[in-house]
Amino acid sequence: MAQIKVDGELIEVPDHFTLMQAAEAAGAEIPRFCYHERLSVAGNCRMCLVEVKGGPPKPQASCAMSVRDLRPGPNGEPPEMFTNTPMVKKAREGVMEFLLINHPLDCPICDQGGECDLQDQAMAYGVDSSRFHENKRAVEDKYIGPLVKTIMTRCILCTRCVRFTTEVAGVSEMGLLGRGEDAEITSYLERALTSELQGNVIDLCPVGALTSKPYAFQARPWELNKTQSIDVMDAVGSNIRVDSRGKEVLRILPRLHEEVNEEWISDKTRFVWDGLRTQRLDRPYVRKGKKLQAASWNEAFAAVADAVKKADGKRIGAIAGGLAGVEEMYALKLLLASLGSPNIDARPAGSALDPKAGRASYIFNPTIAGIEQADAILLIGTNPRREAAVLNARIRKAWRNGDVQIGVVGEAVDLTYDYAHLGTGIDSLVDLAAGKGNFAKVLKKAARPIVIVGEGALTGASGKDVLALGSAVAKANGALNADWNGFAVLHNAASRVGALDIGFVPGRGGLDTAGMIKAAGAGKLDVLFLLGADEIDMSALGDTTVIYIGTHGDAGAHRADIILPAAAYTEKSATYVNTEGRVQMANRAIFAPGEAREDWAILRALSGVLGHTLPFDSLQSLRAKLYADHPHMAHIDGIAAGKAADVAALAGTAAPQKTYTLVSPVSDFYLTNPIARASAVMAECSQLMAGLKQAAE
Amino acid sequence: MLTDKDRIFTNLYGQGDWGLEGARRRGSWNGTKELLDQGREWLTNEVKASGLRGRGGAGFSTGLKWSFMPKVNDGRPHYLVVNADESEPGTCKDREILRHDPHHLIEGCLIAGRAMDAHVAYIYVRGEFMRERHRLEAAVQQAYDARLIGKNNIHGWDFDIVVHHGAGAYICGEETALLESLEGKKGQPRLKPPFPAGMGLYGCPTTVNNVESIAVVPEILRRGASWFAGLGRENNTGTKLFCVSGHVNNPATFEEEMGTPFDVLIEKHCGGIRGGWDNLLAVIPGGSSVPCVTGQNIKSAHMDFDGLREVGSSLGTAAVIVMDKSTDIIRAIWRLSAFYKHESCGQCTPCREGTGWMMRVMERMVRGEAQKREIDMLFAVTKQVEGHTICALGDAAAWPIQGLIKNFRHVIEERIDAYTYKSTSDGAVPSVAAE
Repeated sequence: MAQIKVDGELIEVPDHFTLMQAAEAAGAEIPRFCYHERLSVAGNCRMCLVEVKGGPPKPQASCAMSVRDLRPGPNGEPPEMFTNTPMVKKAREGVMEFLLINHPLDCPICDQGGECDLQDQAMAYGVDSSRFHENKRAVEDKYIGPLVKTIMTRCILCTRCVRFTTEVAGVSEMGLLGRGEDAEITSYLERALTSELQGNVIDLCPVGALTSKPYAFQARPWELNKTQSIDVMDAVGSNIRVDSRGKEVLRILPRLHEEVNEEWISDKTRFVWDGLRTQRLDRPYVRKGKKLQAASWNEAFAAVADAVKKADGKRIGAIAGGLAGVEEMYALKLLLASLGSPNIDARPAGSALDPKAGRASYIFNPTIAGIEQADAILLIGTNPRREAAVLNARIRKAWRNGDVQIGVVGEAVDLTYDYAHLGTGIDSLVDLAAGKGNFAKVLKKAARPIVIVGEGALTGASGKDVLALGSAVAKANGALNADWNGFAVLHNAASRVGALDIGFVPGRGGLDTAGMIKAAGAGKLDVLFLLGADEIDMSALGDTTVIYIGTHGDAGAHRADIILPAAAYTEKSATYVNTEGRVQMANRAIFAPGEAREDWAILRALSGVLGHTLPFDSLQSLRAKLYADHPHMAHIDGIAAGKAADVAALAGTAAPQKTYTLVSPVSDFYLTNPIARASAVMAECSQLMAGLKQAAE
Repeated sequence: MLTDKDRIFTNLYGQGDWGLEGARRRGSWNGTKELLDQGREWLTNEVKASGLRGRGGAGFSTGLKWSFMPKVNDGRPHYLVVNADESEPGTCKDREILRHDPHHLIEGCLIAGRAMDAHVAYIYVRGEFMRERHRLEAAVQQAYDARLIGKNNIHGWDFDIVVHHGAGAYICGEETALLESLEGKKGQPRLKPPFPAGMGLYGCPTTVNNVESIAVVPEILRRGASWFAGLGRENNTGTKLFCVSGHVNNPATFEEEMGTPFDVLIEKHCGGIRGGWDNLLAVIPGGSSVPCVTGQNIKSAHMDFDGLREVGSSLGTAAVIVMDKSTDIIRAIWRLSAFYKHESCGQCTPCREGTGWMMRVMERMVRGEAQKREIDMLFAVTKQVEGHTICALGDAAAWPIQGLIKNFRHVIEERIDAYTYKSTSDGAVPSVAAE
């Protein structure tokens, strides 16, 4: 601990603290532009200058100077810093004036207006008039992709965006060209950035130089209703803030959660909101003849009742999709049980995951924050960059801090960090489990190894083998100790862990997803409920009556015989459990469009029509029952840890008959769910990524 | 007054052989091994005792700087970096050493390397110095061939010298920007602390010295610290290369004792001021970045660090720019402002924005197209830049203007008056507008 006097007040701070941190600890506010706690220190804006005693006799950048750099006084008095002296005031005014002389006065047409650091700090620390009578500098705007709009004249060259893209996102595609006044931030070649995290530069930019292109000129921040919620685009469960006005979501911003997404979100999370407006199912439909026709709720329910009452319980099934909340899956499970059907599943066809094997067998046990403690990471059949971009940034962070070695069994793609590629097939995993190869030694030596198994690798014919081998590798290398469970399943969908938690899997003698599809194709299934499930092969469902409860006119709705329009994740309060097993709750920001209703309410109403009234009348009573059955769901933001022994029990050897290649199921980052597929912005990104469209404006 | 026997750079004008043979005849490489064998402590203390102050401009004690290098090696290599990026307008001393006396520098590198426990020296040569680099590389090769340096050399201290070629940016003469450039990055100054002595080139302890500081070290050690300390004035000891340019009869680079009065310097080496002493307007005594001094004030000033501080300026690199009364002093300083605006790296705000602003105001003041209150405003702006930047380029851009305003405010005011006098009632100035 070091002692320092801040504005005369003596405080004690850890040695490694910078002057800025010390000042904050003492409650003194220090303005800044270039400094960001998650990026490297640049010290170039000079806004954070403070006066020090025991150091150089000129104002010092408090973001860069550490408390240790100051010397004590002649008689051992603690060093002093001042944040409120005339020298500091003058320095701030001076820097502020310099920043503003070449900054355009276009606040009225600037999207940053109202949430602009420059505006705020000019109010607090600037002077009221300008002494600058020369011409202002103008800078040409750059094209850096369909997501981020640039107005480079506003840029104050803080280089936060450059540091973010190089350090966190791992793409060296932005930089500072030129020098002096002529310095410019650019992507060098006027090409779209290739990062899935690029949207974060919008939040980082302290001025209006980088703003959101889809949100351009849509609203002012003070007009928006801000709802704290949870993202469902992937299984990370990023914390978000949904900004809405009236009945529209206008933008989505990240919310700080150190354990999950820090303060980053992926581009899909951030820019998917235009997909919430298009292709929406806003009224019930019933297929008459060959065509779907608009119907009233009563007609739709009657049609459902018709189909269900004709069918035997065993010939009814239900599949939940990737965006379903825990509440509606719970309600659907109860409904199917009351109809006498054991045929429910929320996993993709052929998944080897089974909740009976214990919670540890299907969650990301070491937790996302735990990645930073790992000293070796093995990725099996997953491309975290596409499947969970924010989690991938966490792996990169650990890699940048050093001391972590990464191995990949699966496709050799650019993950933004170096790794040892051990092979694409399951045979490399067999070798690894047998202790062959260099990376086996790395794992052996590691104190805290993590084995990340992609959900895709656990699906299909080789799924069981991969699960057995992955557990075996974890077990053999000390990843399943009492104090360190390094076995991690990386899911692809927000609903998955919640579904496994509440047992939304086939009951005794029930059919799983693959079984239901097969039975439907063979005419052995009469009614199939799809709760937002669009990722299954619709053409294989035969003549089964398909009841689609969902939000978008996607694959499921096209096949459906009856459509019951439901609410998207921004339109309902729902519980989601992320891949770590963390229970989080999304909140309603806007109302569902038209006649669409919240999913649980649809199921509750339907149960009445079917004569099997579910035992709750409100979301609260539903939750009360849910929490009684599954107590850990009540602990919002908590993780009910799994038992390492459960994973160890799965360990086994496998001698696969065929050489399966372990590829990630997510081939297109931007189009993984019905909402993203309805989004024009995501479609454009997807095309750009595929190289179908020339990146030029 | 320096006598010939006290000269260090005896081949400054290239009359003799620049190569190893000639250098040996002039005394270089004589008894180097005995000096090295005295050990690290002795070398550093001897340089400290000589009172040698860094010749790159700041005038920091060279021996003291060396002593900042870690005493105990923690496993990281130590590096000596020689700053031969001599780009300060008016300065042309290091190039003479590189051209005509390169072995002084090479021998100095070896000794300095021993004194700071370094086995590698990098010499960063200014981009525009093409011939100088060739000459230096040839001299280094000679030293390698004669096993004066290199692995298993005759001196018993393994030592490699790498000559690196810059790309012509002024800012790369700033020590941390130089290190960045040497590492292959964009030449932008680093934040200090950490200082190079703790974390410099490739994150290892590094000392960056000027060419002249290193080149004089072998002679100081051979002749003894007391000899060097006996020259010049107290705290400003030894000899120094001066480069006098501008309105003197014979502009020249020459070695002279520190503290020699300005008029003696000019009369002895440069044949006096063009048009006589009454014609002297102003002098920039230490390279473009120091404030100018009026003719009367400088005439009897001692040309050393402390002597020039007394007249409100600084010795800098001892690049003396003399201006007689034919000079448009405002325009001359504007030209320097334009230089600094062009060379600012753009990293930190005050320098990036301030240099352009100052230059533009100066541009108007050259024409007189300004308000008198803007003189104070300009002065305030220079104060806003000075001391607020990462490196000293901000200071360097501010000082010439401050010197101008302090010493020649009346010239600026007269210019403004003249311009205003020509203007019509609506403020337009016909002759200027027509230009």
